[in-house]
Formats: sequence, C-alpha cells, structure tokens
Amino acid sequence: MALLEIKDLTLRFGGLCAVNALSLEIEEGSIRSLIGPNGAGKTCVFNCMTGFYIPSDGEIKFQGQSLREKKPHYITYLGLARTFQNLRLFKGMSVLENVMSGMHCRSKAAFLTTVLRTKGQKAEERHIREVAEECLDFVGILDKKDFIASNLPYGDQRKVEWARALATQPKLLLLDEPAAGLNKDEKSRLIELMHRIRDERDITIFLIEHDMGLVMKISEKIFVIDYGVKIAEGNAQEVRDNPKVVEAYLGKEEEETA
Amino acid sequence: MADINKKAKTTNPFESIIEALFVFFEKKINMYAFIVLAVGFLVVFPNVSSRFTQEIMTNLFFYVVVCLGLNIIVGYAGLLHLGYAAFFAVGAYTTGILSSRMGMDFWLTIPFSIVAAVIAGLAIGFPTLRLRGDYLAIVTLGFGEITRLTIRNLDITGGAIGLIGIQRPVLFGITLNQITHFYYMFFILAIIAIIVSYRLENSRMGRAWEYIREDEDAAAAMGINVVTTRLYAFIIGSSFGAVGGSFFAAKMTAISPDSFMFIHSVMFLMAVVLGGMGKIPGVVLGSMLVVLIPEVARGIGPYRLLIFGFLLLIIMLYRPQGIWPDKPAISAKE
Repeated sequence: MALLEIKDLTLRFGGLCAVNALSLEIEEGSIRSLIGPNGAGKTCVFNCMTGFYIPSDGEIKFQGQSLREKKPHYITYLGLARTFQNLRLFKGMSVLENVMSGMHCRSKAAFLTTVLRTKGQKAEERHIREVAEECLDFVGILDKKDFIASNLPYGDQRKVEWARALATQPKLLLLDEPAAGLNKDEKSRLIELMHRIRDERDITIFLIEHDMGLVMKISEKIFVIDYGVKIAEGNAQEVRDNPKVVEAYLGKEEEETA
Repeated sequence: MADINKKAKTTNPFESIIEALFVFFEKKINMYAFIVLAVGFLVVFPNVSSRFTQEIMTNLFFYVVVCLGLNIIVGYAGLLHLGYAAFFAVGAYTTGILSSRMGMDFWLTIPFSIVAAVIAGLAIGFPTLRLRGDYLAIVTLGFGEITRLTIRNLDITGGAIGLIGIQRPVLFGITLNQITHFYYMFFILAIIAIIVSYRLENSRMGRAWEYIREDEDAAAAMGINVVTTRLYAFIIGSSFGAVGGSFFAAKMTAISPDSFMFIHSVMFLMAVVLGGMGKIPGVVLGSMLVVLIPEVARGIGPYRLLIFGFLLLIIMLYRPQGIWPDKPAISAKE
C-alpha cells in the first residue's frame, strides 16, 4: 500500500479551481516530485495535505488514515512534516530552540511536571535537546546552534528548516521548493542530503521544485500539474518527452534543463 | 542632535549599563550572590522599616504575583488581556464567600479559587482563542466589566457593599493579622510566582508559547496545537490572578466591587508593558514602578496618574519592548 494516497483532490476558492481532481500515490521509501509552472497549484496541494487548507472535494489518505478535516498539528503528529516555500523560522529564537520545536509533538510534559521539575520532565528536556542537536548535526550546522536564527546566512536558515522538520520525526517529508535561492554548490549538497534523509532515516520525500535539473536528478517519479490538473507522470525521461509537459512547462522552444 | 544620540543604540548610556549587567550576570556566581543578597535584604527588611513601608512592599509583592500571571497571558502567549482584574475578583470572591459565609478555612479556599479561575478562563478562552487578532482584547474587556457588575448585583457577593468578615489565615497556630505577617506571606508568594514563571518559561510549554507568538502557522506545522497551548497560558495566567485575589481577600478581610475596576486591569497591564513583556525581571521592575511611583509622588495628589501617562509615552517612543532589555543578539556563550 502506498504511504500517501491522494484521490480526486479538488480545491476551489470561490470560482477559481486551484486543484482539480488530482490523484497521485507516493510509495514508502521513494523520492517524488511535483512540478508545474508558476501558479499551477503545487503549494495548494501541500497546504491541503498538511491541513492548512481544507479540500473542497476528494480524499487524502496517509497510511490508510484520512487527513480530511484534520488540524495541521495533528497531521504533523501523524508523521507528515513540511518546510515552507518562504522560510518560516522562529526568527528571534536560537537555532537550537528552533529545531527543538519539532520535538514538541513527541514530548508531553505539562504544567505540573514542569513546575515541579520532576525527573521525567528533566529527562525529557534533555532528550528534546539531544534530538535537536542530532538533527542539526545531520544537516551540518551543529556549530551554529546558539546563533539567533535570523542572523544566519540564507543557506543555513534553510538547513535549520530541514533540521526542524526532521526533528518532528516524520515518515513523509514535504519540501516546498527546497532549492530556491541556493547556489550550485549548495544544490548539489542538497541532493546528497535528500538521499541521506531517505536512506539513513527511512523518510519518504515529496518535493515541489522549480529547478528542473535538480528534479530530474533526484526523483524517481515526477508528477506534472498545470492549472491544478495532473498532465503527466513518470520518470525524468518520460516527463521530458511528454509533449503536454513541453507545452505547459518547458515552453515551445524546449529550453535546456541545466 | 541629542535626539539622534538617544536613538543610536551604541551611544546610549542606558544600553551600555544594561550590557554590562548582562555580562555581570552571565557568571552564575554573581547571579546567585545577587539573589542571596536581595532575598536576605528583603527578609530582614521588616525589622528596619516602618509599618507603612511594609504595607507598600506587601503591595509590591502582590503586584509581582498578579502581574507575573498576566505576563503569562500577555507576555508569553502574546494575547492582549484587558480584563485581568476579573480573574483577580474571581479568586478574591471565591475565598470571600467560602470564608465569610461558610466559615471555610482560608487555605482550603485556595483550590476552589483556582478551580473557579480555570472554569472562568475556559469559558472566556475556549470560544475566543481560536480567533486571531484583537477579538480577545474586546472579549476580556467585556468580561471584566460583566464580572464587576455581576458581583455588584448579586446577593451572595454582598452587592455594592461587598463582603466583610473574611477570616484571617492561620498558619502553625498563629493567626496572620499583622502587616509583617502579610509582608512575609506575599513575599513567599512572589518568590513562588517567580520560580513557577521561570520554570514555565524554560520548558516545552514556554517555548511553545514563544513559537506561537513568533509564527502561528509554522508552530502548527511543527505539531503544536495552537488553541490548546494558548488556552493553557490563559488558564495558568488566570489562576495566578485568582490566587493573588484569594490572598488579597485574606489580607483585607473585606472586599467590594470597587477593588476590581477596569483601572486595576489597566494598572496590571501597565506594569507588564512598562517593564517588558515576557521578561520576569521586567515584570518585577514594572510592578515596582506602578506601585512605588504613586507613593513617591503622593505630594502632587491626583496628578500623579499623569506621570504614568508621560512614562508610557516615553517608553512607547524609545523602548517599545519595555524597560528591561532583550537578551543581546550575539550570545556571549559563543
């Protein structure tokens, strides 16, 4: 069974149909991409999956469980983490504290244990810190854990977002344009990182990306949408050769894809 | 020219003093030494001061307790609360009614007053905390007035005259009826409030409040239940106010609706905002200003409220984050 199943997903804003009867499946342990021209509805699909938008119609099933009408925090708890297209870090807090936020749904200390500082609460705090540090180490910025998040260079802020998403201990990681604003060097390290996330941590990856070169390199399967409708799916070669995709996405001159 | 200097952070003498303080307190030894000295001074203080001064200090401790509670709501969770005196009234009247009408022991009334505050907090918070923006401010403002008017018109609360004959607390066989007793009682209460606040601030829950304040959507995406986390802040903060109210009732032995006016909510809020929202030392400092300025400025009579007006204006213009500074951005640990 697929880890995530989307069936006939439709999202309307008034008369505008942002996502139209979209169906796709993501198998466990795979890396999948969703591509499409600007405004095709990619981020809307993510927002429906993570509970930020409630789909007008259709079904999203994660490990067989419906995500319809579920709140974002509960979906994260179920094991579906996301990053944001525009960085959404907790700007005034330290890098470590940012990543510790991911552990919130995996810990439970409440008022009384906190006030009494029980053994369990202290152990849990230590555990939260250790997991956060491990995630920072994984993305390679452990040495910057005490910096205030907004003082980091852009590339590092992106890494904080990944570490934060990893700290929620997801089964499926949704990356919304992870390569946006990164230079060539950083992009190649990103590809390596994504492979490590999948291979070492057993996390399935689903990403939205504009950088065709990156998408073609990393994903085993690509879904292409335009105006909220899926127009193609397949591996890099199949998608590249699909005339519909060429027309909708790459343009008539068939641009070179880096 | 002077104006420009004031705004440039590096040349502001105030900032450099604060920075020096931060460096000083970075060392744990200095910090502990300061705490021991401060506590020691406050413990012996009643022996060297007049009853009048003790009264003022007791009032200050009381403000610290209540304002730290409000700080959880306003400072930590970022929810504007304009009717905090109502929760203070809930506590005071719960103790007042149980003690004067049913003869219950003071210490036993405290759990009841916390429960009452939790119920009131849920009733107000549950429908409003899921909304964004200023709705909560309006609702809490209304709740404050409704509570006061209800108290004023019910029989059980003694109407406009209020309740009298609230029993004094008895501790280890001693009836607490001297100002010195209350000085120590509120002192201990203030210390407890500071410890509880500190522990909450540096915990999973305290961080969750900060995440939500920084970015609600990102916090939700990280698996934080925004509504319940806020509700927690609201209830815990309200309970602080209610406990403060219970002790207030025990100290005064008589309470009336006039003790819970809108102006009291404003004064509590002012202490939090002046000192620095979300910062424990800031709230203590703010409480000191709000309690001590009127005493120092007693000579100018009713005009002393004007001082607060000017002070607030100056703070809003030059230090919108409150008098107490944020932690320096570049941590000294690095």
